[in-house]
This record gives sequence, structure tokens and C-alpha cells, in this order.
Amino acid sequence: MSLTSLSISELRRKFRSRETSPIEALEALEARIGKVEPVVHGYLSRDYAAARTLAEKADISLPLGGVPIAIKDVINVNGEPCSCGSKILDGYRATYDATVIKMLRAAGAIPFGRCNMDEFAMGSSTENSAFGRSCNPWDPSRVPGGSSGGSAAVVAANEAFAALGSDTGGSIRQPAALCGCVGLKPTYGRVSRFGLVAFASSLDQIGPFTKTVEDAALVLNAISGRDPLDSTSLEEPVPDYTAQLGQDLKGVKLGMPREYFISGIDPQVDAAVRAAIRHYESLGAEIVEVSLPNTEHAVGVYYIIATAEASANLARFDGVRYGSRAGAGNILEMYGQTRGQGFGPEVKRRIILGTYVLSSGYYDAFYLRAQKVRTLIRGDFTRAFEKVDAIICPTTPEPAFKAGDRSDDPLKMYLADIFTIACNLAGTCGMSLPCGFADVDGKKLPVGLQLIGQPFQESRLLQIAHAYEQSTEWHKAAAPL
Amino acid sequence: MSDQFDVRYIAQLARLELSADEIAKFQSQIGQVLSHVEKLNKVDVSGVEPTAHANHVVNVFRADEARAWFTPAEALANAPRSANGLFIVPKVIE
Repeated sequence: MSLTSLSISELRRKFRSRETSPIEALEALEARIGKVEPVVHGYLSRDYAAARTLAEKADISLPLGGVPIAIKDVINVNGEPCSCGSKILDGYRATYDATVIKMLRAAGAIPFGRCNMDEFAMGSSTENSAFGRSCNPWDPSRVPGGSSGGSAAVVAANEAFAALGSDTGGSIRQPAALCGCVGLKPTYGRVSRFGLVAFASSLDQIGPFTKTVEDAALVLNAISGRDPLDSTSLEEPVPDYTAQLGQDLKGVKLGMPREYFISGIDPQVDAAVRAAIRHYESLGAEIVEVSLPNTEHAVGVYYIIATAEASANLARFDGVRYGSRAGAGNILEMYGQTRGQGFGPEVKRRIILGTYVLSSGYYDAFYLRAQKVRTLIRGDFTRAFEKVDAIICPTTPEPAFKAGDRSDDPLKMYLADIFTIACNLAGTCGMSLPCGFADVDGKKLPVGLQLIGQPFQESRLLQIAHAYEQSTEWHKAAAPL
Repeated sequence: MSDQFDVRYIAQLARLELSADEIAKFQSQIGQVLSHVEKLNKVDVSGVEPTAHANHVVNVFRADEARAWFTPAEALANAPRSANGLFIVPKVIE
């Protein structure tokens, strides 16, 4: 078995038994990347020399000692680019480590590689990257999802043992589903956002892409915790997220939200998810029907709140302190042209929408109202969690779509996020894991199962996911690359 | 509300210079999104408090003490134009 197809946990076992070393693992990874990157295009840049230096002095006694981890190009790593998939940050090199990077280093992990993404995390296909799209390893003519499409693709293609992504409306879970890997969005406030380039500050969370549920727990252990530099991070204690893995599902109640099992879902996705639910019953879980009645408003609420917050967060990209600068004229021309030329169309669309909903005369009608409906959406989840331990549903309505399919229809692209968005609005944790395949045009495309957990109950969520994973074979399937 | 939406004016507020092509395209695309979000007007939100932070924290303070952070060199490291420890920009005040 080649090194690059190992999980973090398997790799760590081989480090400790001296069967292999961090240097060998990194070399194997670089060789694999050389072979398949021309097809996948998941990485925007890599500093192999820097990673090698770290691998040489890796301390394998640390929890993630010697493990290279790929980083979505929206999280600052000292000395490396942080393009956010945009031309407006041309030439920018980070002068500090994000808190999650400091924490990964403290756990012995090696940040290696900058992953492609939709520009400023706005998108569901990675087609909005200013540097070309990434390709789904299961069918390169299709998208890997987004916005963390590069991160998902490199894990699925065994070009990384794990990757970090960010999730604002589904940007970890959706690409994980389309690429057939595990993707976890922690509860809002679980993981520090310091050093994550902000898209929507009340929704963003950093989380892992991994090959197994256990690996996700290992990475979550390393990156969780209160950070004085992120005042939205919470004091909640960090348990060992691997501690409950392997416990059985007796007494566990899973809620099927009726609003998430509607017509319009691809029949093969529906079949795979329902089969997974039956499998959970055979493992001893009780399936309960629940209702999340405000689901139909989630996309509308999201596209007001997220764009409003983005319009404020992206005001800093003005050509003054970093990135590219355009315009030879006065200061207003500099701002207008730097931003007009530096931002791609989707970013501009969202900034305009966000500016409008916050503008004088419209704030109450749009933004304030959306925040009230957000309270109703949160209330749906709180009520459901009184009856169940986790919610079970599809991650996406369809498997990976063809590149170019949606790029001319922003609204259609937005509606693809329908199952992932509410979890960010409610602020709770969610993950996607593989539950089967759809046969489309002679290709096997992964289908993702979504589990949404109670706030700060990631241990329970991971336990529930792990039980399914370990009694099925989906996590062992490899993309035909 | 979506018929009162003027891309040109909003783009000016957002300091975005757009081409005529972009203005036309965005007017239509964003107009469609606005029609979708306007469905929220029908939701009964009487007595509902807005949610700004999903897991509610208040008054997160620290002591008002100066701390070391970026050196001037680090802060200027990515500047498109800098000199004498300053970011150089076009004249702001006439």
C-alpha cells in the first residue's frame, strides 16, 4: 500500500514503529502531487523546501508529529502567499501565522501547500478562482465543489493526508460530499478565526478535510479552543474528540428533517442517503422524523447576512496596505479601479448586494429582518435537538456537476447550498462523510451523508459518524487517478 | 424594493468601478436574487430578536495594555508603495 493512500492515524502508526519517516512521507506526497496535479489542479503553490526542513526536525512524539497538512489559501501561514483565490492579493505574503496554524505546528504538523478556492470563499464549485478551476478527482470534467474545492480535491486524490478549509454556508461539507472525503464544520466559536481572511464573520469556521472520521477528530483536537485574539471564540473546554469513537449507537436518536427530503433531489443521492439511514437503524439508532419549518428561508437569509458582512470585510482591499494597486489618478479612482480590476464577478456581485442591504433605508427591511428570521431558523434546530442527538440528511441535492454548468446562473448556484446553509445560520456543527456513489455518464460520483450535531457536541457527532464509517467500506474507495 | 435597486449607485458606495457590461449584467442577476430574498417579507417576525452571534457572547474585554505586534517593517512588508515608514497613497485632502 502506498504511503500517500494512508490516513493520518495509519501514517502516525508507521512513524512510531519506524516503518517510515516524515521525510519519506513528504517525498511520497510530492511525487504523487507531481503525477496527478496536472489533472487535479488543487494546489496554487507549495513550498516543498520549507516543508522538508520542518520534516527533518519533526518530533513524532507530538499528536500530529511529522504530518503534512494542506491549507486553503485563505488562512495565513507566515511567509507564504494567501491569495484567497484572488488577483487583488497579488504578491501578498503573510507576515504571521493564523492561530490554527500555530496550533497545528505545536501539535507537530507541517503546513504544506496552498489550496485553490473560490475567490474570497464565495462559491460552490471553485470555478470562481482567479487562477483556474480545480477538478474533481472522480471525474475531472466535473467540479470538486466549493469554496474549499482545492482542499477536498487534494485529499481525495491522495495529494494530502488532510487539509484545512473554511465553511461559511457549506464550503467544507459540500466539497467533501462531491469528492468523497470527510469534511467537518465545527460549532461557531469552537475554532479561532484569527488569521482566516474573513468572508462573513458571524458564519465562518475553519475545519478539516480528512480520509476518515478518526483523522477529523485528531485534527479537531489540535485546532480547537478559546483564542484571546478571536473574541468570538468560546471558553468551552476541549475534550479529546477521539474518546467516544467506537462507542455503540444504543439509545442514539437521529432526526430526519422532512424539509430536506423533497422532490428535486437526485434519485441516486436520495437512495444512497436513505440506505445509510436504514444502516443506522441496523446499528441500533432510532430514526425520528423532525421538522425544520423555516428551511425554505435559509438561502434568502444567508444571502442577505453573508453578503452584508462580506461587503464590510472586503472593504479593506483597497490597494493601500497590501496586494495589487491600480489607478494612476486620485484616491477614489485608486479604490474604484483596484477593486474593479482586482475582484472577480461573483465577489463584486456579493459586495454590491451586501452594500445594498445595509444601505440607508434598507437596513431594517433586509439585514435586520434577515437576522430575525435567522433566530427562527436557530429555534428550529434547538427544538429538534430536544428530541434527537443529531440530524441526518443529504449534504447536497446532486452529485458533482459539470464545470460550466452553473456559472451563468448565480441563483441556481446559490440554491445548491440548500442543505448546508442552515447549519451555519444556527451556528452548530456539521459534517459530511461518504455514503455511496451515483452512476453518472459511466462514472462513479461520490454521495455525501450529512450529520448535524448539537452545538459543542462534536464528540457525539464524530462517534455517530464513526460507527457508520467503520461498518461500511465507502472510506476505502479511491478515486481512479 | 428590487425595482429601486440601482447598481451604479451601490457600486459607487462600495468603491467598485464597473464596466457598462458589468452594470447591465449585475442589474439583472442581482435583481433575480433580490426577488428571491424578498420572500422573507412574508415571514412573521413579530417579537423575534435578531441573532448576531449564534452562540451568544457579550462584553469580551481585555485589559487596556499595549502589546508588541508587527514591527513597522512587517506592517509595511506588503505595501504597494511605501517610504520613510509610511504607506504612500494619492493625495486624500485637497
